[in-house]
Amino acid sequence: MSKKNLIGLIVLIAFLLVIPRFFGNPYYLGVLVWSGLYSLICMGLSLFMGYCGQISLGQAGFYALGAYGSGILTARFGFEPWPALAVALVACVILALGVGLPTLRLKGHYLAMATLGFGVIIYVVADADPFGLTGGPSGFSGIPKLSVFGLALNDELRWYYFVWATVLIFLFFLLNLVNSRVGRALRSIHGGETAAKAMGVNVAKYKTQAFLLSAAMASVAGSFYAHYVGFVNPEPFNLELSIHLVTMVVIGGVTNLWGAIAGTVLLTVLTEGFRTFFKEYRLLFDGLILVVIMLLFAEGLFLGAAKKVAALVARASCLRSRRRPGASTHSTGNPEAAS
Amino acid sequence: MSTILQAISLRKNFGGVVALDDLSFEVRAGEIKSIIGPNGAGKTTLFNIISGIYRPSSGRVRFEGKDVALLPPHVIARKGISRTFQNLQLFANMTVLENVMVGRHPRTRVGFWRSIVRFPGVRREERLTARAAKELLDLVGLADNAHRAAATLPFGKQRLAEIARALATEPKLLLLDEPASGLNVRETEQAGRLIQKIRDMGKTVLVVEHDMSLVMGISEEVLVLDHGRRIAEGPPREVQKHPEVLRVYLGEDFHNAASAES
Repeated sequence: MSKKNLIGLIVLIAFLLVIPRFFGNPYYLGVLVWSGLYSLICMGLSLFMGYCGQISLGQAGFYALGAYGSGILTARFGFEPWPALAVALVACVILALGVGLPTLRLKGHYLAMATLGFGVIIYVVADADPFGLTGGPSGFSGIPKLSVFGLALNDELRWYYFVWATVLIFLFFLLNLVNSRVGRALRSIHGGETAAKAMGVNVAKYKTQAFLLSAAMASVAGSFYAHYVGFVNPEPFNLELSIHLVTMVVIGGVTNLWGAIAGTVLLTVLTEGFRTFFKEYRLLFDGLILVVIMLLFAEGLFLGAAKKVAALVARASCLRSRRRPGASTHSTGNPEAAS
Repeated sequence: MSTILQAISLRKNFGGVVALDDLSFEVRAGEIKSIIGPNGAGKTTLFNIISGIYRPSSGRVRFEGKDVALLPPHVIARKGISRTFQNLQLFANMTVLENVMVGRHPRTRVGFWRSIVRFPGVRREERLTARAAKELLDLVGLADNAHRAAATLPFGKQRLAEIARALATEPKLLLLDEPASGLNVRETEQAGRLIQKIRDMGKTVLVVEHDMSLVMGISEEVLVLDHGRRIAEGPPREVQKHPEVLRVYLGEDFHNAASAES
């Protein structure tokens, strides 16, 4: 773990501990729980998109699998929540393998197409309810609360701590991964597949692993969702959510796990703050963000905007010093240019 | 000396275009062998086949006596063939050092789960990887540029970084695709000395190159291709005088004039 990441983690932890003092009201905490759930998904997606240069438009599908898996197993079959989560997770990873294996061997965006279809299929199946398990469009309730080490998660504050602790654990693991042999291999794939292969990197294998990890993280977030809300219906898991998740990752800068979390929180808070507006126009807003970010801030809003501001400041100070006679040499760094 | 690489009637078509046409040749272990020929002679196609990026339409490639033509590139890299690219393919999103560290991939072992938890053994391997990469940057003379973003290196240094990255995989056979293209005279001489140093480390080097002074200066053997066929092969001195080579490089007229004179 590099110093920068370690400091980042400590700052984030301090921040997370302080927040409930100022935003203790359950509504705000609820928004932060959602931010945490989406952060889990977006960290996995960021790893896959930013480090493998691939895109998945089906994360909502994996999220739904986790939610329905946990929900159905606990509410209808009497599973304990944690074993249910594990079963849903394994099922999700197996399905992801089915989508990823054939498409990730090919060059190009076949996986984007396949995941797009996959997400829609999951949604349609949950909606149509062919096996009498999902409750159709109106969903089903009666999903029990989750307990951690004997502590029932029965209020917003506990959920807040639990979800963000999970985010921190995953963030820690992923930061380790990114700065390791495997992380370098993943980044090399983004840097250039042919060269990566020639350096002995099994490109298809690593892409598949990163994809499975992203699916697994979405599934875990989905399981938490089911226990948090206590009710599951298909509507939240539509294609729009998949696009929304991609937008969150892109806002933060695709190759940056910190950015993924920041982008997720920002967009979740914004969406919640302008809820009535976003109900109708969220997709339009997502599209607009994607275009603007891609055009202006390829490194993500935070890093990209910081660099733009730094460049502006540098230019302003350069102009100012040029007006003062004799001071321009130091700002251009070239004595001959001044004379 | 024993044969390390053997190409047997290699053929490669791209649609109707024949890039390699029944090409056979051998590379002996421990030599520097150059492949020359006009543009479109099939040199880079040949490298792409040897390194597993293309599959030949027919024919075989034997490396240390075993068929490798149908293996995927990452397996071929593990077996001991590495390469550089004519159109520089450093990982632009990484530093120079990280680029070379990627080259250690086939010689290191830490996998997905161990990376995530970062056990002590992981850190040890990480240190060794960084050290090996630094030594290679030293060898090619890029030690001072280790932490620069690869994309910001000047052209000539990017070529050197690619060589260091390729060496990091511990190849027995190193394929260099136009290592001197874009370099000035002095840099080309340095590249030549570096290639000889790599050979002296016990590696076999196969070079595709247009710079004749470099080719003639360092090669034990030269293979001349034209339109995917072998038109000459042998020590530099002999190849230089070969009538077919003169014809391909200097044109029919010059060749006739030269033979009329003699």
